[in-house]
Amino acid sequence: MISASRTLALAVVAALGLSACGTSAATSSTAAADDGTTLTIWTRAATETVSKAYADAYNAGHKNKVKVTAYPNEEYPAKLASAAGAKALPDMFASDVVFAPQYASQGLWLDITARLGGSAVKDKVAPAHVRNATWKGKNYAIPHTIDMSVMLYNKDLFTKAGLDPDKPPTTLTQFADDARAVNKLGGDVHGTYFGGNCGGCNVFTMWPSVWAGGGSVMSDDGTTSTINSPQMAAVFALYRKLYEEGVAAPASKDEAGPTWLDALQSGKIGIAPGPAVWLGLIESKATFKLGVAPISGIDGGESTFVGGDVLGISATSKHADQAWDFLSWTMSDEAQVEVIAKNKGVPTRTDLAANKYSSADPRLVEINNLMAKGKTPYAANFNATYNDPQSPWITTFRGAFFGDATKALSDGATALTASLRQH
Amino acid sequence: MTRSVARRADAGPLTQGAPTVRVARPRTRASRRAWVGAAYAAPTAFMVGAFFVVPLGLVVWMSLHAWPLLGVPALNAPDNYSGLGSNDLLRGAVTFTVKYTVIITVLLFLLSFGLALMVQHRRRGVGFLRTAFFLPAAVGFASASLLFLGMLNDEIGPFGGLHRGYVSWTSGSPDLALGSSVVLVLWRFAGFNMLILLTGLQAIPLEVYEAARIDGAGRWQLFRRITVPLMRPTIALVLTLMITGSLLAFDQFWILTRGGPDNSTTSLVMVIYREAFIKLDLGSAAAISVVLLVVLVVVNVVQLGVLRRRSH
Repeated sequence: MISASRTLALAVVAALGLSACGTSAATSSTAAADDGTTLTIWTRAATETVSKAYADAYNAGHKNKVKVTAYPNEEYPAKLASAAGAKALPDMFASDVVFAPQYASQGLWLDITARLGGSAVKDKVAPAHVRNATWKGKNYAIPHTIDMSVMLYNKDLFTKAGLDPDKPPTTLTQFADDARAVNKLGGDVHGTYFGGNCGGCNVFTMWPSVWAGGGSVMSDDGTTSTINSPQMAAVFALYRKLYEEGVAAPASKDEAGPTWLDALQSGKIGIAPGPAVWLGLIESKATFKLGVAPISGIDGGESTFVGGDVLGISATSKHADQAWDFLSWTMSDEAQVEVIAKNKGVPTRTDLAANKYSSADPRLVEINNLMAKGKTPYAANFNATYNDPQSPWITTFRGAFFGDATKALSDGATALTASLRQH
Repeated sequence: MTRSVARRADAGPLTQGAPTVRVARPRTRASRRAWVGAAYAAPTAFMVGAFFVVPLGLVVWMSLHAWPLLGVPALNAPDNYSGLGSNDLLRGAVTFTVKYTVIITVLLFLLSFGLALMVQHRRRGVGFLRTAFFLPAAVGFASASLLFLGMLNDEIGPFGGLHRGYVSWTSGSPDLALGSSVVLVLWRFAGFNMLILLTGLQAIPLEVYEAARIDGAGRWQLFRRITVPLMRPTIALVLTLMITGSLLAFDQFWILTRGGPDNSTTSLVMVIYREAFIKLDLGSAAAISVVLLVVLVVVNVVQLGVLRRRSH
């Protein structure tokens, strides 16, 4: 849901090298489920490297062989839909966590309630992810990868603008002031950047500011939009002002996602919200120092959008036991620490937020700790309502940023609610 | 002419002779020929059946049901059709697709015809021009769209620097987005349509032009009274291809503009895609497809009917 560029971020994670440590894993599997079956997994490109890292580590210690196939992010939902229609789904498939309710309600995943219920770590895996993969009280998928939204800021530009690089903003108002200060440097440099034509980007980066301020964007059951709440209106107004003042780079208006990372990587943007997984990626190429801070509300507070992917067994798979063997292994300490944490990823297990790898980088501890304060929104019709280029959400925020804001928000609430209920 | 007469003469005695020789030879030549004919046609009939008739029937059947990806479809007719009326995105897409079809058909036809006339006669360098005009047709349409996406990009494209300051050619404004798509389609398809028109032009016997010239016809008269009337079947073909292609437009908008900005370049097929693959509402997607198919059939029947009537 975030953008194609996440692929690159994860590629870097994988490039750091993945060690396989199989011996202990093999013991955790039941012999019957580890019988040398070849299991197929589909993921979107953004998740490919993490899925492959899990698969490589699992394959090294098991008779079963897991084979990962990735599809371009934007084409992935269509690929899944057509494969499901043709009853040609792989043994397991991953999904953006926000699309999970839709797939669960369509019955594309096998019911794993009993299997997950029997797992020792059931209550320790990212609860928001588990909830999104639940439909009518039944569990259909487990957390696979985690990505959260944070503020990323260029410490060098902060210093040049006379700001303290070790004191990131703690309110959204302060964020705007810092962006204005950096923007005064002039030239190619701009204060901030956002995806003014990108549904997924703004869900991910702007909703946390609403949550941090105590507001909401929709009802808990995902059927009523509250996009016209005062908190959301204030967040929109703040970004609108930054765009009108020229503090947000002009390309923000047309940013649909694909060049979002490039903009932040260029070193010409002071501070902007973005995916936490970009931290490693930007640093690998950047000549500047990057700071990380939580996304705040207008007057303070902090929150994050707990995104990422969930993984479930296809309803049509003939190897459910073997697939579950892999799924349960990915939730093990070994997989979470030696595959995920070792490569600077966020563990899907809440009890492993502090681990031997994350403690080496205080910024990672900060990101991991954010998970408890964050949310994963739940809606059965999420994609069509928010992510799709023709979604009513894009119409709404473009009106709020660049058109008649009041009308856009009241019309938007109606249109979004109507879309959420189309299920 | 001679051919059809011969064929008819051939067929005559066979059909008449068949009953009389039935007793003597149970397998007459006629029935064997019929079987052989059917056997020859079978592969094509099978292909048409399997890849056209059956899917078409399935789409119509689907459009009458709530059709889940997995599981049992439930009859819900006519909900999928009656729901189309309240779909705002669909309404906008219909208006846009019709507008786009008119713009493209007019511009593409004029450009293709102009190019065809330009390279009609053998002259120095005409081979180079024909190749140059046709070359874009050798690029896949999706690749061409990506090529334009890169070229029109303000950051990396060669046209980014043309304009002072920042401008987005693909999503800056509805007109810019439509304009970029139109230029892409003209570039990609003008050469191909030129080729079809060129074959039409070259099928006109030179004697007809000579006779007209001897009668004192000027250039414009030659064009109006000879070229255009004799080109009518070719023009009909080209216009049919253009209109059908434009009503089914997808790639250029999907890749270049993503239907934006603000849904201003969302075509009908993009709405079908959204219903099927984003909303997973296969029944509704099938209903729009059926309606679009009916519209296409009506448009083509009317168009060919008008053009044929005139040429008689």
